Amino acid sequence: MVGASLAGWNAATTLRREGFDGELTLVGAETEPPYDRPPLSKAFLATGEEAKVALGGVADSEALAITWRLGRRAVRLRLGDRVVDLDDGTEVAFDGLVLTGGAEVRTLPSLPVGNGVHVLRTVADARELRADLDRRNGPVLVVGAGFIGAEVAATCRQAGREVVLVEAAEVPLERAVGTEIGAVCASLHREHGVDVRLGTAVVGRDSSGAVRLDDGTTVDAAVVVVGVGVAPSTRWLEGSGLLLEDGVVCDATGLAAAGVVAAGDIARWPNELFFGDSMRVEHWDNAIDMGAFVARRLLAGTDWDPRAVFAPVPWFWSDQYDRKMQMAGRSTGFDRMEVAGGTLEERRFVALYRRQGRLIAAFGMNRPRHVVQCRSLIARRCPWEEARELAAAWT
Amino acid sequence: MVWRVVVDMDLCESNAVCMAVLPEVFEVRDDDLLYVLNETPPDSDRAKAEEAVARCPKQAITIVEA
Repeated sequence: MVGASLAGWNAATTLRREGFDGELTLVGAETEPPYDRPPLSKAFLATGEEAKVALGGVADSEALAITWRLGRRAVRLRLGDRVVDLDDGTEVAFDGLVLTGGAEVRTLPSLPVGNGVHVLRTVADARELRADLDRRNGPVLVVGAGFIGAEVAATCRQAGREVVLVEAAEVPLERAVGTEIGAVCASLHREHGVDVRLGTAVVGRDSSGAVRLDDGTTVDAAVVVVGVGVAPSTRWLEGSGLLLEDGVVCDATGLAAAGVVAAGDIARWPNELFFGDSMRVEHWDNAIDMGAFVARRLLAGTDWDPRAVFAPVPWFWSDQYDRKMQMAGRSTGFDRMEVAGGTLEERRFVALYRRQGRLIAAFGMNRPRHVVQCRSLIARRCPWEEARELAAAWT
Repeated sequence: MVWRVVVDMDLCESNAVCMAVLPEVFEVRDDDLLYVLNETPPDSDRAKAEEAVARCPKQAITIVEA
């Protein structure tokens, strides 16, 4: 297994639970055993408590008989030889390979990391950011108003920091939630006193540390956090024979090649529930779900029923200020959006998205119960009109 | 073997994932709070309860053997 991540951990525990009693080697580029990433931009960033990122069961995993190869990078896959080469010159032979190596954080050439500029992907990144926030007083500049950037902005604002949030797009999160809801998300930050600059890009940084923006202004930030997304960690797989297209391309069951499966941020597969759209899902919940699924898929080998496809309703949450945002499904290609269960102005609502006459996604703000209900509706391909009628009763 | 479902309400943030997995036991109501409807579910719910434990974003649910 390459990738000591949440997906890797769930694949490993599933392999053992399903009775696999062979050798199990788990290679991880980070020196830490698998941990929980969502708190890195929220509770861990706010408190620094290491317990916040502990993943249940990892600390006492002896019974799983995992051979850990942590702090080691896989550098080459020799598919024909069934061997993975590691960066210390050793090799790991395998009968089955699980790819759960996740993604790497993107950076901006105009803002090199270091000297107060941070990214946030790993627990090591989070520790450095926290230490720097403690060390350097003054405004925090967050570049990128995606969910990670938005959470960092909210956490810093709640800690009493001045925050400037810069986003290159005119509306944040447009691809995920559409323009109308994206605008609500931006307003939320303004209401909490964040200086939000949309349609604004970073030009560079002066020697004094001030960040120059393309609207001609500069931001004299003590700490800068770049949150402009991630890219799947597939460089080491180039030339291996696996198909790579913004991720490891798998079939609808998570199989990338005979005896090779992938799960989590690194995996791309056609989700039959969403019209067969090719998907790569970076959510916490998908890492758990797909990690477990592909472990069973790998063990079954040629006995697997090809009709048993991985077709989940993606789901994620984001906590910002006193708002809980959750999304079920995928809004890609939606042709209509309607608000139920409240209003945008109240900041308490569910936005429903339609595609081809079906409910395909729901984004909720402080509406956990209804987002979960929508998730079930999406899973059973609920017709739009039926979903609307059900939602009309949500007051 | 008797077992119980225990939710740490200080950790719970009402994400309602558990409700999707096992609605007979977990219910998030309109007040956005989680209610445990049955602390001692039947053994037939055990696998679902374990899934709820694994899928809770806050790791707020535990199964206690009693």
